[in-house]
Amino acid sequence: MTALASRGRSTPADTRRRLVVIGNGMAGARAVEEILARGGAVQHRITMFGDEPYGNYNRIMLSHVLSGEEDAGGIFLNSLDWYRENGITLHAGVRVEKIDRFAKLVFSDDGRATPYNVLIIATGSRSSMPAVEGLYTPGGRLLPGVFAFRTIDDTQGMVSYAQQDHQRRAVVIGGGLLGLEAARGLQSHGVGVDVVHSGGHLMNAQMGPDGGAVLRRSVEALGIRVHTSSRTTAILGGDKVRGVQLRDQPDIDCDLVVVAAGIRPNVEVAVTSGLPVERAIVVDDHMRVPDEDEIYAVGECVQHRGEVYGLVAPLWEQAAVLADHVTGADPSSVYLGSRTATKLKVAGVDVASMGLQAPERDTDEHVVFSEPSRGVFKSIVIRDSKIVGATLLGDSRKVAYLTQAFDRGLPLPEERVSLLFDLGGPGEEAGVAELDGDAQVCNCNGVSKRAITDTVRGGCTTLSGVMDVTRAGKGCGSCKLLVRQVVEWAADGAVDEDPAAAYYVPGVPLEKAALMSAIRDQGLRSVSAVFAALAPAGAEDAKSKMGLASLLKMMWAGEYIDERDARFVNDRVHANIQRDGTFSVVPQMKGGVTSPEQLRRIADVADKYNIPMVKLTGGQRIDLLGVPKEDLPKVWADLGMPSGYAYGKSFRTVKTCVGQEFCRFGTGDSTKLGIEIESRFQGIESPAKLKLAVSGCPRNCAESLVKDVGVVAVDGGRWEIYIGGAAGAHIRKGDLLATVDDPGTVTLLAGRFMQYYREHANWLERTYSFVPRVGIEHLRAVIVDDAEGIAAGLDEAMQRSVDSYTDPWAERNDPFTPGQFRTSLPLEVLPRVPVR
Amino acid sequence: MSAGLSGGGLHVLGPVDQIPVGEGRAYGVAGEQIAVFRLRDGSLRAVSAVCPHKGGPIADGTIDRDVVMCPLHQHAFDLETGCSTTGAGPLRSYPVFADGSQNVVVRLP
Repeated sequence: MTALASRGRSTPADTRRRLVVIGNGMAGARAVEEILARGGAVQHRITMFGDEPYGNYNRIMLSHVLSGEEDAGGIFLNSLDWYRENGITLHAGVRVEKIDRFAKLVFSDDGRATPYNVLIIATGSRSSMPAVEGLYTPGGRLLPGVFAFRTIDDTQGMVSYAQQDHQRRAVVIGGGLLGLEAARGLQSHGVGVDVVHSGGHLMNAQMGPDGGAVLRRSVEALGIRVHTSSRTTAILGGDKVRGVQLRDQPDIDCDLVVVAAGIRPNVEVAVTSGLPVERAIVVDDHMRVPDEDEIYAVGECVQHRGEVYGLVAPLWEQAAVLADHVTGADPSSVYLGSRTATKLKVAGVDVASMGLQAPERDTDEHVVFSEPSRGVFKSIVIRDSKIVGATLLGDSRKVAYLTQAFDRGLPLPEERVSLLFDLGGPGEEAGVAELDGDAQVCNCNGVSKRAITDTVRGGCTTLSGVMDVTRAGKGCGSCKLLVRQVVEWAADGAVDEDPAAAYYVPGVPLEKAALMSAIRDQGLRSVSAVFAALAPAGAEDAKSKMGLASLLKMMWAGEYIDERDARFVNDRVHANIQRDGTFSVVPQMKGGVTSPEQLRRIADVADKYNIPMVKLTGGQRIDLLGVPKEDLPKVWADLGMPSGYAYGKSFRTVKTCVGQEFCRFGTGDSTKLGIEIESRFQGIESPAKLKLAVSGCPRNCAESLVKDVGVVAVDGGRWEIYIGGAAGAHIRKGDLLATVDDPGTVTLLAGRFMQYYREHANWLERTYSFVPRVGIEHLRAVIVDDAEGIAAGLDEAMQRSVDSYTDPWAERNDPFTPGQFRTSLPLEVLPRVPVR
Repeated sequence: MSAGLSGGGLHVLGPVDQIPVGEGRAYGVAGEQIAVFRLRDGSLRAVSAVCPHKGGPIADGTIDRDVVMCPLHQHAFDLETGCSTTGAGPLRSYPVFADGSQNVVVRLP
């Protein structure tokens, strides 16, 4: 358990030139990657400074982190290992303050002076903070609740602030790309959002008023309120944000303000050090600072031929030219500026824009299509039969072609409407084939069609493999379909599916059928035996343990060797862990039928152990929430009821309606059948949970049509069996498997289906995915008609599982492992769940 | 339970057998909450017991040779360094070993 070994690997006489990079963002890191790709490490000893304390990440993806679609860890482009492997010294969390151009030294805020032979400035930009009253505290810090949207820290600060319970409303200042992304991301935390935009329409840097109006409609349809032509004059609230004041409009109450009103290049170091700065650091066509042979600059902090770019695509082109000169790989290489074509997904809406927003001369042609109800808007400006501008909203199908026509000035079809739509002409695939090799497919990561086709021809023929290698599709994700099409085209249809996607568990490279036969053939009865025999290098894998434990129990029933460490904590202590580390206890209540005696005992237990919440569940049971782990055995003992298995990937419960005994509409004894089914299949493990129901008539009071297995009594003493229904995260009406004459057959077919599902479904694949994947006709053939002759085997296997059932709560008197029910809670419980 | 030895910050937490193989148990040590794991190869690892993400009980996590996965949201942490492999903040890691009489001994800084 020693600390990480030190890694300084500088050889005694390192004669390489010292290359220092100020800035570890997307531009700095991309420049270094391009230099390394040209063999630059042979000539250069590379040192990088970044004032964020991290490796290098994809800033474009911060909106995904904000919305929770992506973990902060998932957006890193280069991990710290990458710097190590490439011999790069990274000073993360260190800010460079000054450059001494004459002594060739860089001074940083940790007191260090670093010599350089070649210097690259890639300081990027920061959020531009408008001059608004009340934005800062008297101490000069942002008022609590005000956030910029630029860094991982900004984003994570916003997420944790938004998740506090009392944060209900947010105002985003700025209705450009970043502001809309912020608004959409905040919504996913349940916060109501107003966007306040000083421009006359949304995204006015990318599109004209007509497109902006269509975009507004789409954005408002998402529940985001939009205020255009609105200038924020003050942030209200002395100690923290309480609202914003607008000019000539009512104040908006809010708890959180995000400032996304443009960016400003970081030029302080350059100014202090006497480098030429106008709107940004001036560079020539070699990305060199004029009159400075060994100082380069790249990215959002530079001004090239009067242009400052705030998009990622120009940065890729600049980095390549810079690397050509730093390494001497191509002294003739020049950067002549970028034609900015952007293709993005903004708040879920596809947006592409390039060149002019609207016609400027009388002779310019303007082709427009607008369908606001679908959020579609397309506008193309044509001059001298060439595209000089285009805006596309809500439909990105023609974007690849238009971008290429714009970039290269291609001749256009006579019939202009075919620029907007595919009119029975060459389809999507021909479109991919026609794309030029240089055409950029992924704008976020600067990946050309050629880079993708080269990768495919190099032998990488899975979509996920190509995406990993080239990073295409790993930015905003809007180009994934196009990436797939290019991969398919390049592979001539021979695209391999990613094998890992088919593994039953990630740590053992086998699909379910192959895994099961290997387990059976080699007699592997424990999770550790499976890892030892089948995992690469015999390595165990935490993520795979639970799935393997479930599979082995299903296969071996009573012969399974139960290793408790392979279980998820719920299955170790037979209760469902809650957000504060306490557990919920749900005793079995078959068919949702209980008795005064049971209810009295539950009430006594709730009193005795100060249960903070007693709740009726959706499965017709009673949930005792907030039980500390150490109390579980005593709670079970006092309840004297078996486990309801409300915590496992297993058969859970059977909901029933009142049934014919009492209900005047009842046609079958649904309650009795529900209890029988629950008694038979209680606790059997499966790839995902199984929730069942039995209804006594087609009024369907037990909601049988939306259950994993649902049974409905119909007139004439017959029973319908539905499978694959869902009414949770997904809604799906179950498919009718069979209509049968007696309850015994219902139980038999339900059991046979569940066994087939246990043997064939992927880990965590609910029946609502499994049934449509396999197909109801196939299932009916196998289960009802026994077309494959396996029905008897399925029934037997299920019977073995039924026979090996023991009530897990019996472990209360005889803990299976030492300290099984010892607390793992910290002394101070965080977070506290409020008790109602 | 935490009999602090003079200097060095060593604390004896009791017999190794208290921790089943492949699982973890939590200990309060000098005001800190520490989760100690006993790997399947018999070696021990010790990290702070509270997940930095949402306060989950790390000792209830599932482990392999390299990482522990928090039971609440499946954030994973390197058992040697405490660093998260899934983008959460880090856990603290502590030197830990079994002494001659098979007691768990952890060293606090």
